[in-house]
Amino acid sequence: MAPALDPMVGRYVRLQIDGVDHRLYFEEAGQGMPLVCLHTAGADGRQYRHLLADPEVTSRFRVLAFDLPWHGKSTPPDGWEKSEYRLTTASYTATIRAFCRALELDQPVVMGCSIGGRIVLNLAIAHAAEFRALIALEAADFQQPWYDTAWLHRPDVHGGEICAALVSGLIAPHSPPASRHETLWMYMQGGPGVFKGDLYFYRVDGDLRDKVKTIDTELCPLYLLTGEYDFSCATEDTLRTAAQIVGAEVQVMKEVGHFPMIENPTKFREYILPVLAKIR
Amino acid sequence: MIPADRFQRLPELLADDADLTRRGHWVEVDFRVDIGDQPFFLGLGGGALTSFERGPQLMRSSTFAIRGSDEAWTRYWQPIPPPGWHDLFALTKRGAASIDGDLRTLLRNLQFFKDLLALPRRLPEGS
Repeated sequence: MAPALDPMVGRYVRLQIDGVDHRLYFEEAGQGMPLVCLHTAGADGRQYRHLLADPEVTSRFRVLAFDLPWHGKSTPPDGWEKSEYRLTTASYTATIRAFCRALELDQPVVMGCSIGGRIVLNLAIAHAAEFRALIALEAADFQQPWYDTAWLHRPDVHGGEICAALVSGLIAPHSPPASRHETLWMYMQGGPGVFKGDLYFYRVDGDLRDKVKTIDTELCPLYLLTGEYDFSCATEDTLRTAAQIVGAEVQVMKEVGHFPMIENPTKFREYILPVLAKIR
Repeated sequence: MIPADRFQRLPELLADDADLTRRGHWVEVDFRVDIGDQPFFLGLGGGALTSFERGPQLMRSSTFAIRGSDEAWTRYWQPIPPPGWHDLFALTKRGAASIDGDLRTLLRNLQFFKDLLALPRRLPEGS
């Protein structure tokens, strides 16, 4: 019997981000327009495994999901032990553009979730001409914090377990239990302080209020989709953001939370396939 | 049945859940949960409730307290809670619940406590 192989293939790419050598892990599948997928804070590219295995997507798109440095199978750069990890608007933007350059992607579509959705908004603000379309999942220009990130990295609390337990509430009650716990497992596997470092971008450095109104959707179409059970990036946060951007398309996803592509891939498909069909 | 009467069933709900009992094995703490205006004082040890008392208790100390309105717990315990009422932190973010005290034991065992507080969701509505 032939082995039951998933269609995606994983590789490492060597590149420089802001002059620093990195080795990033990514998975890809399909042919056509490049579609780069950005995972949520404290997680990795495995969140897109269902999209990478969906023939309706991979027949038109070359889907690529990379692990940010410090995440998944992308190791931190040499000397990481000497500093505290902190993602910033600048470093996140530089990482995405470096990946697209290194893979020689021509006018890619970028889809990101949560912090990935927030940075997609920044790509729309600052680099729209480089992209064919941008899709922001669970994204807003700003959202109100709902816990103290100091608890995420300290010696008397297990980092993986508290990260997973906190975000567990962002998953919709309708999501299949196996998918819910697969989502949480990835959170349990994050490196120490990495989720907290990602949230530095989310909470401190990545406030895009006032900036989103400059987005030109004629230059690059922008789609925003948010799950109704996401109370971190609440639907009202996304709707408020979309209302400031002429031409942005926005949709609330019913029975979905903060991790649509991995917590309920079947439901997410109903929402994302029509969006992808619009991209030419 | 008022929400506090549903919470009153917690000891039997926990005793019937072997998985939650296993996951709570290392938790040892005295804490307080307010269901509307009804305080409950709970003790945990070895995965089981070592004490469970309803109503005001004289000079009782608690490591931490979780307080929610009747509306918060009623919606939280629906079989499929509505958006924004489905998680402990969704309740605190909207101001329908609060958490205070020494939070270390709570946060070291957060999924256990979340699942413990959600147990009354298993009771038939209106029971």
